Amino acid sequence: MTDAQADGRPEGRPANSILTPTRRMKRRKAAEKRFKLYGMIAVTVGILALVFLLTSILGRGLSAFEQTMVEIPVELPAETLDPEGNRDPAEMQRVTTFSYAPLVADALADVIAAEAIEIEGLEPSDLGGFISQEAAAQLRNFVLANPEAVGTTLEAELLAGGRIDGYMKGRVTMETAALDSNVSVEQLRLADALEEAGYLKTSFNWDFITAPDASDQRPEAAGLGVAILGSFYMMIVVLVLALPIGVAASIYLEEFAPKNRLTDIIEVNISNLAAVPSIVFGILGLAIFINFMGLPQSAPIVGGLVLTLMTLPTIIIATRAALKAVPPSIRDAALGVGASKMQSVFHHVLPLAMPGILTGTIIGLAQALGETAPLLLIGMVAFVREYPDAPPEGFFDPASALPVQVYNWTQRADPAFVERASGAIIVLLVFLVLMNTVAVILRRRLERRW
Amino acid sequence: MSFGKLSASTLAIAAVSATAAVAQSRENVQIAGSSTVLPYANIVAEAFGENFDYPTPVVESGGSSAGLRRFCEGIGENTIDIANASRAIRPSEQEACAEAGVTDIIEVRIGYDGIVFASDINGPDFAFTPAQWYNALAEQVIRDGELVDNPVANWSEVDASLPDQEILALIPGTNHGTREVFEENVILAGCEESGAYEQLVELNGGDEDMAEAQCMTVRTDEAVVEIQGDYTETLNRLQADPNAIGVFGLAFYEQNTNALKVATMSGVTPSTETIASGEYPVSRPLYFYIKGAHIPVIPGLKDFARFFVSDPIAGPNGPLAQYGLVSDPELAQVQQTVEKEDSMEMPN
Repeated sequence: MTDAQADGRPEGRPANSILTPTRRMKRRKAAEKRFKLYGMIAVTVGILALVFLLTSILGRGLSAFEQTMVEIPVELPAETLDPEGNRDPAEMQRVTTFSYAPLVADALADVIAAEAIEIEGLEPSDLGGFISQEAAAQLRNFVLANPEAVGTTLEAELLAGGRIDGYMKGRVTMETAALDSNVSVEQLRLADALEEAGYLKTSFNWDFITAPDASDQRPEAAGLGVAILGSFYMMIVVLVLALPIGVAASIYLEEFAPKNRLTDIIEVNISNLAAVPSIVFGILGLAIFINFMGLPQSAPIVGGLVLTLMTLPTIIIATRAALKAVPPSIRDAALGVGASKMQSVFHHVLPLAMPGILTGTIIGLAQALGETAPLLLIGMVAFVREYPDAPPEGFFDPASALPVQVYNWTQRADPAFVERASGAIIVLLVFLVLMNTVAVILRRRLERRW
Repeated sequence: MSFGKLSASTLAIAAVSATAAVAQSRENVQIAGSSTVLPYANIVAEAFGENFDYPTPVVESGGSSAGLRRFCEGIGENTIDIANASRAIRPSEQEACAEAGVTDIIEVRIGYDGIVFASDINGPDFAFTPAQWYNALAEQVIRDGELVDNPVANWSEVDASLPDQEILALIPGTNHGTREVFEENVILAGCEESGAYEQLVELNGGDEDMAEAQCMTVRTDEAVVEIQGDYTETLNRLQADPNAIGVFGLAFYEQNTNALKVATMSGVTPSTETIASGEYPVSRPLYFYIKGAHIPVIPGLKDFARFFVSDPIAGPNGPLAQYGLVSDPELAQVQQTVEKEDSMEMPN
């Protein structure tokens, strides 16, 4: 009795009542509380990291979806653009963008004169850098497509220079401009004046999604078009190859193959392959597909093949798990009414395993979509400006990929590319979220439980 | 869909891809190499694609050595046509090239790149000499006639004229062509300038190679961080630690003048003008190498090379100079080389 009184048990209850917490019970409850707390801390840390990542990316990258445009009338003088006077595009092609660039600066000077904008210290050389160098190329393409426009004045909508765009978005300020060798304070004052006069507009930047990459001098013109196409082509190749091969391999291994030493070895090696670093597949791809098979460099077909190798183990493992989850009673019933083994698999087991297979495939694809390392060695981490053709020829044309574009842009010197890179990450994340959502929906819709 | 059909269709796809690959010939110029030359190559490729009927060349980065290694893999459409390099090709690389059948190499010098030393914009001003860099970064220095591990930890210990700031140098890793220039034009020059070289030769009993190697060995303690990545990584490190002094290309500095403060070297401020005139001591030529055997095969290869070194592009008023390239005073000669397709001589 002295023991029981020591732990403060009230009189009248039996010594072993569960309502009376013993020291041991208190310890266990405290342990449970602590464990819950650890779990909550872990979840909070995870959420905080995600929130931090998303805010930093969205904060930097959302502005990439907006672009400052300058709307000014540009004269297209016949004597410089079509010296022969025949309006023949073949002849006019000889006039390079270097002849178009001064037209843009002149047009800007005209507007400044017409609006009577006076900015102290504004040099004539400042006008050249105000509008993107891409503008000359835009004009040239327009003139070559519409030769009759030569000699007229065009109401052009031109990209503003990267630093001016940055100023409109708040990335560049008067203070940084004073130190910056690529933009002057006068240029920013000019931007203010032009905005007031209604020549400077900010609109949604479709070009960021559709345009090809641009060189280091034109961050304002850089877009994701080629990268999105390249990633899309690679995903097609991966889907077309990895899904049938993966499903066929797992059906055979799971349903038909005898269980012996050999299949055990295969099984272990598939699991091992899933854990191989992705760069290894790049080395393999370079050796087999480019050096041995002679496939072209920087092409989505090679990227797709390499990513297929990488995705296969994921798909096989997911498919086998899905097949295993189908209860044996289904197979037994089918066999019992006289179906062949193959009929039982294809008529009953496979349809029931489909949601799991699809989920596994989509998750494998999403993984492949975000992969950069294996592409490094097969020449896809590159500056590519030409859109690949439509498939199937397009599979062999050079292309880039979404994660590659992020990587490339983070290495560029101009700080304006930080915004572009973050914008590209947002696009990549949107694709990944979409794919994963599809996987979740498919699983919810089609899944059956026993 | 049966297993048989599945495997048949897979085989068919594989077969189609293989034949299509063989039937197709490459239409674009393929370039790889130095990350220093990359922005210039990008700019030219873009302008080339805009102004010519040829597709825009594909430019990869990866470093001078990796680019030249791929260049020397052999001849054929699945090898690159042009290697960018921030240093001249080495005789050993030329031999490797020749072994793989790449004998016809045209060397094109596109201009000069300055190497600048920059610190955080809010930090103190620095005015360096090569000798100070040698004294700060050498692994072993001579003290009282004996080689000892470099003891200095602060710039003011190196020279009283320098600010009181901890030594933390962000220098390019050995995978960069820039490292070689840094070692030869700054560290070795500083070693000779400070008189340490002669003392080292004396210490080594007249062995000049040994003395040179000792001059150029950079300390590996916490005072030096080797950057394997690009200048953007150097910039990020520098912003994280304002004590750091980074080694950058002039073009990179020009794009980030609002974040970096450039140091003078022997009293000269780096700029395209001072580098062109030779006043600023740390600069190096940039090259690209063309596979002669590919010129008749790859459409647009020669036009691209010609366009790259043409006056409106590589001249002093062209877009490359605007981006930070010091244009080659002997550009006309380079243009001749490209025009005549003059190959390099093989090393003996």
